[in-house]
Amino acid sequence: MFVKQISVFLENKPGKLYQVTEVLKKHSIDISAISVADTTEFGIVRMIVDKPDLAVAAIKEAKFPVSTTDVLAVEVSDKPGGLNYALKVLNDANISVEYLYSFIKRNGDKALILFRVENPSEATEVLQAAGVKLYTNEEINSL
Amino acid sequence: MHWNKIRECMDRHELRSYQLEKLKETIDRVYHNVPSYRQKMQERGIIPEDINSLDDLKLLPFTTKQDLRDNYPYNMFATPLQEIIRIHASSGTTGKPTVVGYTRRDIANWAELMARCLAMAGGHQDSVVQIAYGYGLFTGGLGFHYGAEKIGAVVIPTSGGNTRRQIMLMRDLGTEILACTPSYALCIIEGLEAMGIKTEELKLKAGIFGAEPWSENMRAELEEKLNIKALDIYGLSEVIGPGVACECLEQQGLHIFEDFFIPEIIDPVTEEPLPEGEEGELVITTIDKEGLPVIRYRTRDITSLTYEPCACGRTHARISKLLGRTDDMLIIRGVNVFPSQIESALMAVGEAEPHYLIIVDRVNNLDTMEVWIEVSEKLFADEIRKLEQIRKQIESEIYTTLGINVKVKLVEPHTIERSEGKAKRVIDKRKI
Repeated sequence: MFVKQISVFLENKPGKLYQVTEVLKKHSIDISAISVADTTEFGIVRMIVDKPDLAVAAIKEAKFPVSTTDVLAVEVSDKPGGLNYALKVLNDANISVEYLYSFIKRNGDKALILFRVENPSEATEVLQAAGVKLYTNEEINSL
Repeated sequence: MHWNKIRECMDRHELRSYQLEKLKETIDRVYHNVPSYRQKMQERGIIPEDINSLDDLKLLPFTTKQDLRDNYPYNMFATPLQEIIRIHASSGTTGKPTVVGYTRRDIANWAELMARCLAMAGGHQDSVVQIAYGYGLFTGGLGFHYGAEKIGAVVIPTSGGNTRRQIMLMRDLGTEILACTPSYALCIIEGLEAMGIKTEELKLKAGIFGAEPWSENMRAELEEKLNIKALDIYGLSEVIGPGVACECLEQQGLHIFEDFFIPEIIDPVTEEPLPEGEEGELVITTIDKEGLPVIRYRTRDITSLTYEPCACGRTHARISKLLGRTDDMLIIRGVNVFPSQIESALMAVGEAEPHYLIIVDRVNNLDTMEVWIEVSEKLFADEIRKLEQIRKQIESEIYTTLGINVKVKLVEPHTIERSEGKAKRVIDKRKI
């Protein structure tokens, strides 16, 4: 029940992110979630897109280092305590979160959050057991 | 395999008497034919008859690149121009190039030396040899060319550049021995990957890489990626060009062809000769050269010398794999640093590609050194923590090797300029 995330290495220089979004635009690739992590010298752009394989090939072609990672697309209630519930489930199971960021899209009154955890299979199990809905790439595309 | 077993495996006692005879001839010739040598010897009160043993070599004055520049272009030639049939020149980074001349016999001898080097790498008359060193004033291309023709190999004179065509010919023509700079060999590896050509499609057996210093770790990388034996070759145009010394398949140092050259190792500062095994500057005297003989030429290359017998059967002394040149040596906060040591440290970490650039600067009167490393697919991790970890690991590896703190910067692939000849590894921004 994983979602394929694309990560791109960028030097921390003006115009770099733009070069990447240009590539995506050229191939009509839709971004449904994006986050940028940065240090003083470099950054990592992480994205969920509608055509991940095409995106990887196109970004590679543009000579940026790119990799894919399995992440969890977790549905939470968009009200106080919604995110807290999902985190409690993971905390109780002793699973650490490496990073998370949220989707641009939502599903009705539900918010979608992307989780990168140290053990995605185990996290899937405990979240589903606790009644938390997880999305696939296809489900996200159809929203 | 030996090209000239009689000469290459000569008894050392015999070799020494042969050297003395040739040395005396050379000294006599330069004294009478080259005014600047005569003048220098006269200043020291030496005449050719004073040279009666190989030990007397150290009575003679050194020759430097500056002497060749001062006598630009022809004044150090020991033969009239009518006997010169070829000119080569080394790149003049500071002003005029250094011009060297060869007689017909010199060219034949050079081919003999290069034939020995190619035979060391397993070359013979059926071998397909691709020469991707630059052809022209640079000695690399033509030096290899004549040697490869002498052994009767199938010679492909691709010269440098146009990597895709190089690779296509390498595959289609079944190249077995590749000759180029080690940094160009890396370009070829990248090209193979980009073109989706696997090493199994190639017939490569050996590579003879030279014209710049390279590390043991680089050797491991080249051998693995190209599935070859990677051998180091040494030479410099002032002495003859490539073929002064070359590694045999034992890979335990480069045999310096002592029937043509007498090597010495000196302390570059005190200029005193150093004992066997000690690291210092290589000094070479040519004893069988007509056009431009050099006496005690200061190569500026740092190495050591051993006379221990080699398992290959050759009796000629070996120099250790070159560490670098005194000119390339950076002094960072008083520590001597060679780019090849940085390369070693990088490759020890394993994840890093051997494309790197060293940037030296001075901030608030303190030397700083930054090493740029390209982030390859292999190195790239989705987590900043992991990237930082790799960066720190490289920094600490360099600290372990050199004892100085450097800053490692991760840059995007292809940021660092690729070289088709000698790689540019250092940018020194210090204004001293």
